Amino acid sequence: MTAGALVSGDDEDMRVSRVTISDVTFAADLSGALFWEEQRLLVVSDLHLEKGSSFATRGVLLPPYDTIATLGRLAAVISRHDPRVVIALGDSFHDRTAHERLSAEDRDAVAGLQSGRDWIWISGNHDPMLPRDLGGTIADEIAIGPITFRHEPTGAPGEIAGHLHPKARISARGRSMERRCFASDGMRAVMPAFGAYAGGLSIRDAAFARIFPKNGFVAHLLGDRRVHAIAASRCY
Amino acid sequence: MPPRILKIPAEPATLLPDRFNAWFAARGWSPRAHQLALLEKAREDASALLIAPTGAGKTLAGFLPTLVELSTPAVERNAGSKQSLVSTGRSVQRAGGLHTLYISPLKALAVDIARNLERPIAEMGLPIKVETRTGDTPVSRRQRQRRYPPDVLLTTPEQLALLLSSHDAPFLFSSLKRIVLDELHALVTSKRGDLLSLGLARLWRLAPQMRAIGLSATVAEPDQLARFLVPQPEGREAAADIVIAGGAAPPLVEMLDTRERLPWAGHSARHALPEIYELIKANKTTLVFVNTRSQAEMLFQNLWSMNDDGLAIALHHGSLDVAQRRKVEDAMSAGRLRGVVCTSSLDLGVDWGDVDLVVNIGAPKGSSRLMQRIGRANHRLEEASRAVLVPANRFEVLECRVAIDAIAENAQDTPPLRTGALDVLAQHVLGCACGAPFFSDELYSEVGTAAPYADLSRKDFDDVVDFVASGGYALKTYERFARIKQDKEGRWRVANPKVRQSYRMNVGTIVEDDMLKVRLVRSRGGGSGSTGVIARGGRLLGEIEEAFIEGLTPGDTFVFSGEVVRYETLVEDQVYVSRAHDKDPKVPSYMGGKFPLSTYLAERVRRLLDDGRAWGGLPEQVRDWLSQQKDVSRVPAVRELLVESFPRANKHYLVCYPFEGRLAHQTLGMLLTRRLERARARPLGFVANEYAVAIWGLGDLSFMIREGRIDLNALFDPDMLGDDLEAWLAESALMKRTFRNCAIISGLIARRHTGEEKSRRQVLFSTDLVYDVLRKHQADHVLLRTARADAATGLLDLRRLGDMLARIQGRITHRELDRVSPLAVPVMLEIGRESVYGEAADELLAEAADELVKEAMG
Repeated sequence: MTAGALVSGDDEDMRVSRVTISDVTFAADLSGALFWEEQRLLVVSDLHLEKGSSFATRGVLLPPYDTIATLGRLAAVISRHDPRVVIALGDSFHDRTAHERLSAEDRDAVAGLQSGRDWIWISGNHDPMLPRDLGGTIADEIAIGPITFRHEPTGAPGEIAGHLHPKARISARGRSMERRCFASDGMRAVMPAFGAYAGGLSIRDAAFARIFPKNGFVAHLLGDRRVHAIAASRCY
Repeated sequence: MPPRILKIPAEPATLLPDRFNAWFAARGWSPRAHQLALLEKAREDASALLIAPTGAGKTLAGFLPTLVELSTPAVERNAGSKQSLVSTGRSVQRAGGLHTLYISPLKALAVDIARNLERPIAEMGLPIKVETRTGDTPVSRRQRQRRYPPDVLLTTPEQLALLLSSHDAPFLFSSLKRIVLDELHALVTSKRGDLLSLGLARLWRLAPQMRAIGLSATVAEPDQLARFLVPQPEGREAAADIVIAGGAAPPLVEMLDTRERLPWAGHSARHALPEIYELIKANKTTLVFVNTRSQAEMLFQNLWSMNDDGLAIALHHGSLDVAQRRKVEDAMSAGRLRGVVCTSSLDLGVDWGDVDLVVNIGAPKGSSRLMQRIGRANHRLEEASRAVLVPANRFEVLECRVAIDAIAENAQDTPPLRTGALDVLAQHVLGCACGAPFFSDELYSEVGTAAPYADLSRKDFDDVVDFVASGGYALKTYERFARIKQDKEGRWRVANPKVRQSYRMNVGTIVEDDMLKVRLVRSRGGGSGSTGVIARGGRLLGEIEEAFIEGLTPGDTFVFSGEVVRYETLVEDQVYVSRAHDKDPKVPSYMGGKFPLSTYLAERVRRLLDDGRAWGGLPEQVRDWLSQQKDVSRVPAVRELLVESFPRANKHYLVCYPFEGRLAHQTLGMLLTRRLERARARPLGFVANEYAVAIWGLGDLSFMIREGRIDLNALFDPDMLGDDLEAWLAESALMKRTFRNCAIISGLIARRHTGEEKSRRQVLFSTDLVYDVLRKHQADHVLLRTARADAATGLLDLRRLGDMLARIQGRITHRELDRVSPLAVPVMLEIGRESVYGEAADELLAEAADELVKEAMG
């Protein structure tokens, strides 16, 4: 556990918590995005655009507003940090034909977010074949300095990944609270899902134990107004 | 107004065929007046509502017309002239087929009734075939029932909905002569009642010759219940005739005159344990009713630990394993039990053995409810039922006192008839489409004949159909995924067979809390943590709400299935617990009863408080308590709201006494806290019980009220149900739970996915997320409107809160005190027991984070 991970919520801007990964300091944003200040680089993971309509094709008519909602939140965090580069860290689209179901408005919104900055789509298991007509660069992974960005975590040092949708639950005195979270041990991190309909996987699941070595990791829970850093061993 | 019977028919003997008279005589019985009255109603070709107390032979009364009509073989009935038939006087034209449908709220009840009917049928040698159809009925028999229906089919509202959604519903039901609806008072108070009413509307269309018989306990508004039974013509009301059975001896109810000191708070009635034990010992069979599962657990455990006489005492509640429950019921029927500690799980059902005393622990909550429970003792009409009420704290003494008075006056407080819910309608609309294509106009008229939907607007109906078809979204992107589609003539039909399959797997309105199976294993001792090595398997103890388990950390102890257990771990849907040796569980798990204090009893409690002369009927301890309150503060008048403020241990408290039940109080506490936060009173938390709300904070509330910085009239202004409520609903867990139920009932999401058995721990999506998104992008969506309507009467009790706020306008009395008042003690003692400031995420998270910092920094 790094000291950096302990100092949380004490920032003047409580919307972010500091997370250090391989000596690079990131701001873990309350929205679930990660911001690398020196590089002015913003990372979001698991947007799962068009998850609603994906269910609709199978007869579960979830409200068709998840893409609008997700892009709206993405627009807000982009305008707050004004990044030079945006990385969408895989599973940006819920299924292989999701991009075909995007409305014209949503396509325009994506184009608007991309204008004036570099945009990198990383492929994920839900979207191994990324659309070529939505702007940005397509890659399977990308390395910047000591940091590697890829969708599925391998546990390698300096890795920032998504895929697992970490969430954590805290209990005390008969009450409990479950939130999405970043999971990090100072050497690697797994990002929370950003998509409006994306569910979560408990950080106590064995999948996390495979990524983080024995000495534990910290969950940075997305509260209502601030990010809270709590040892994973205290969550479940 | 429908005619109120009871005129006893002039010549009772002529109503019953000889065979029946002989049968009654052979048993030394004579038919009861209301049983004959129902036969008379059948002869008049009228639908009827029978209101009768337990033990009045209600079920036999409901079936007598059927038994008489079917007492001659079908051939004879069809062939012979009318005169030669023994009948109720109606033209009996039966070419076989289903004659009578019986609907019960419990499948166990349907099975028991079938057994009870077999006796008269066998003893009189009647040519009548009776069968049940429940979720447990094998598929082969279900199929046979549809092709070769019995004369009498006993089933549940859900099975009726399923039958109606099949292609052969017209074949099956066109012959129907009667429908008997049992325990109607219990059915109509929930969405199951809505579903039943819609099924009934359909039946009336398929079988216009049908007549309905409703069987009910005593209710506040029998006329409303009588409407439920018959189709409502457009623009006016119609009702079945009402038959009210008389002759029941008034019950003997007393309050336990305890020798012990009455507790100030709590619900365990631990003080009265020896006295409760004595009562069980002194009677043959005692039913001990409590309000919650955890109270039942606690009481059972305590009684067992003092059971030196080895009395056969059992436990019965809804979370226990079914097999275990059946074992208890059988032992009870066989007269092998001296006492049963139970919850509302035994409120309904057939007679079980000779119960001679009912003990009701804690708050009665409502007078009708209590009367029905008391009726469980002694199922012989002419003998008085005996009951003892055991208040668990001082406020409950007041509630017990007014409940006893209400029973003496036979005053009923059952809730008014529901307005039919739109999520249930959505389920029904899909079911209709599964049966046969429908025109909107026709279905709208049919639905309007169901009493709960008589006032349904065409717009709401069309919104529901639109929702069923393609989700009802303003953004029209799902047309191609529609579940029902209009053909060229404009009829709605099911788009594909999968829709039908999915409907059939999700029918019904009961949304269970997410339950986890509890298994007893050997303790691993020591360490907590993730799913590690633990002996799998273990004895199944029952099921427990997932929400409760989520609040625990491994090592916490709680009471379940009659013993203190230690929470070990959770693996998928299995909770592993071990036997704990603690005497007191760490987590009290009192989650409040399902039902809040009734408005009617609340009003009576306020009147009792206001009338000092009536205090004479109260125990001395309680009189003293109220007198002290009068001396140091004030006892609130009937229409007044008393607000007290006082400092205590560096915090400032505000306590008010609306007497409107826990649900409305929780909502009030939540909204007041928000307002006080805005007034910079720095509130920290609140706690609510059935009678009062207490809020505490850092700001000096007395000073702020004195200086006019907090205006109490403004604080309690009904406008809190506007923006403040809206803001809170956005994040309210209760509201999200309500929405989830609506989403499941309406068929938006499936309880079970067809073809794939997903483990519940890997949820595909969360309805909370769907709620957030929908609320933001289409706030007037029909499902959100439905959830709001549910919240008004359900978990948030908004309607009651609104009525209260209107009542106390300009009638708030403030007392500034230097310390806690006697009246405030009970609610103050709830602090730390009830969850506090229930929904503020950041506080809880920050606390956990702070602990971590402390740990790390040493």
